[in-house]
Amino acid sequence: MRGLMGGKTVPVLIVLLAIVLFWYVMAVVMNAPWQNTLNGRANLTDVPLTEFALQTFTQDKPVLPAPHQVIGAIWTGLFGSAITAPRSLAFHAGITLGATLLGFGLGTLLGVLLAVVIVHNNASDRSLMPWIIASQTVPILAIAPMVVVGLGAVGVTGMIPKALISMYLSFFPVVVGMVKGLRTPEQIQLDLMRTYNASPLQIFLKLRWPASVPILFASMKVGIAISLIGAVVGELSNNAGGGLGVRLLTGSYNGQTIQIWAALFIAAALAAILVILVGWGERLANRRMGVRA
Amino acid sequence: MSRLQSILALGALLFAVLTLLLPMGNFGGVPVATWTSIPALIFLAATLAAIGAFRLRAPTPATGLLAAAGCALLIGWVEPMQGALAGFWALLVLTWLLCWLFAEQLSADIRRGRVNDGFVGWLVPVAFGVAVLIAWEAITRGANVPQVLLPAPSMIWARLTASVPTLAADFVQTFKAVIVGFTLGCGAGFVVAILVDRSPFLKRGLLPIGNFVSALPIIGIAPIMVMWFGFDWPSKAAVVVAMTFFPMLVNTVAGLNASSSIERDLMRTYAANYWETLLKLRLPAAGPFIFNALKINSTLALIGAIVAEFFGTPIVGMGFRISTEVGKLNIDLVWAEIAVAAVAGSAFYGVIALIERAVTFWHPSIRGGRT
Repeated sequence: MRGLMGGKTVPVLIVLLAIVLFWYVMAVVMNAPWQNTLNGRANLTDVPLTEFALQTFTQDKPVLPAPHQVIGAIWTGLFGSAITAPRSLAFHAGITLGATLLGFGLGTLLGVLLAVVIVHNNASDRSLMPWIIASQTVPILAIAPMVVVGLGAVGVTGMIPKALISMYLSFFPVVVGMVKGLRTPEQIQLDLMRTYNASPLQIFLKLRWPASVPILFASMKVGIAISLIGAVVGELSNNAGGGLGVRLLTGSYNGQTIQIWAALFIAAALAAILVILVGWGERLANRRMGVRA
Repeated sequence: MSRLQSILALGALLFAVLTLLLPMGNFGGVPVATWTSIPALIFLAATLAAIGAFRLRAPTPATGLLAAAGCALLIGWVEPMQGALAGFWALLVLTWLLCWLFAEQLSADIRRGRVNDGFVGWLVPVAFGVAVLIAWEAITRGANVPQVLLPAPSMIWARLTASVPTLAADFVQTFKAVIVGFTLGCGAGFVVAILVDRSPFLKRGLLPIGNFVSALPIIGIAPIMVMWFGFDWPSKAAVVVAMTFFPMLVNTVAGLNASSSIERDLMRTYAANYWETLLKLRLPAAGPFIFNALKINSTLALIGAIVAEFFGTPIVGMGFRISTEVGKLNIDLVWAEIAVAAVAGSAFYGVIALIERAVTFWHPSIRGGRT
């Protein structure tokens, strides 16, 4: 028992359990006023507390859906209809995932390229880095509707505008991390490469690049999480295209709270899976690079 | 004198000749050649002379002056022109080559210690920013880029100055939510971190969850918050609270563990109790972590407030303005709004960074003079 309590699993599970319990209590409290109105209309008086609680868990458009309602909506959303049907949550999640991955790939590529240029050229370091850092203080997501509508006006629709937003968001952490990573080799190591008469390309491939891989993966974890946010926010501006953002938006227009929560949980699960996948890649790469974790 | 600088200088020579020979643009329906304009002739002659006479090694101030003159010419021409022709684009390339050469020369001078890194160090990024703005203006106006795609900076500026009352009202509405949400979210994260700190069990349970939640798209709760707290700013503040809480919690807990055990032992030899140790050792040691969270949160708060407004607001607010004016294709007003958001966001961040410098003055990263 002591060993269990000392680890992380049991405390995390207990905290999660507490959160779920708290959620159920809040569901009763927040849905109570509407349930009272409903019962009043149906001339139901003196409903026992347990029955009243059950009633609050089964409302059609609850203020706060109970966890099992959300899970039920996710279940029917994922498996209730064909994967290509617009009712299917898997279909919408796939649209968002596609834009996220495309944007993330492009953003990482761009970030690495920029970092390579910055590390090798003093002038671009001086002229680009301050702007890259300053741009992180700017609420970049605000441009999302403009990108979607602007590109839509010239005929570019679908996945590309969302991927561009994701790319724009995810390349910053990669640039900043990679510049730091490519600079981790110390002067003495660079000098050693010089005594080997290594060309700049060889120094890059055999010293700088391997040294930067751990930081690259750490930045990619941040990058993929915000890529997903970028794709979801991009979808808010184009409700014809589908995607989890569109589910959020239509749910909010129609008061379908269960639909909103289901979309939100799918988005969260997607983010978690993507971050975990990058984490696996990180461990694999670190092991191959001989890094002791 | 690096090889890159020679290549840039040669390129500048080539494009100076091209600019001279090619027609500049249509003025009143007639293509006009570059060599009919006296300022252009003077500029191109000066470029050829400066680069040629010094055998591709023009002094840094001369390159800077030439680059500035190129920018001025571009702006002067693009104003009355109906359509740009090849000479104009050659001039644009020439100006960019000069700016790049200037940046290369200046950073080489700084590296060799010929000039002082203080003020001149700032000149390079500023020059780059100006060059980008000039190219933006020249390309959007010269090539008649549709305004829906990208308006010219001068148009955005005109729109910005013309609609100050609207922008100010939007700014006030959104910043109410940002400030309230930021204060509540960071405050709650901080307090919970202090509470959790006393219980190792809760710390082990909450930290992984906090780390995990920080990576989730919390912004998606915006429609729910709008349903719960109404259309006005409190719902936006609630989104901001949810977004800023977890980064603050995780960073503060990490910061409270930052003091080393030898330092804590020293406090114990002074017979300091928990609160004294917290106030005099552990909180100051957590400073860099807390300020890191505050900086991350300053950006998150703005994003949260703006995106939450996409889901419904009273008819004022930066996010509301952005989403509705995009629908009306008033892209210049949207850019003006984004410019305001960018300046406000940077200022918010800057204030926190300044406070950080004052509070955590003892930290090596600040003593070293870099932030």
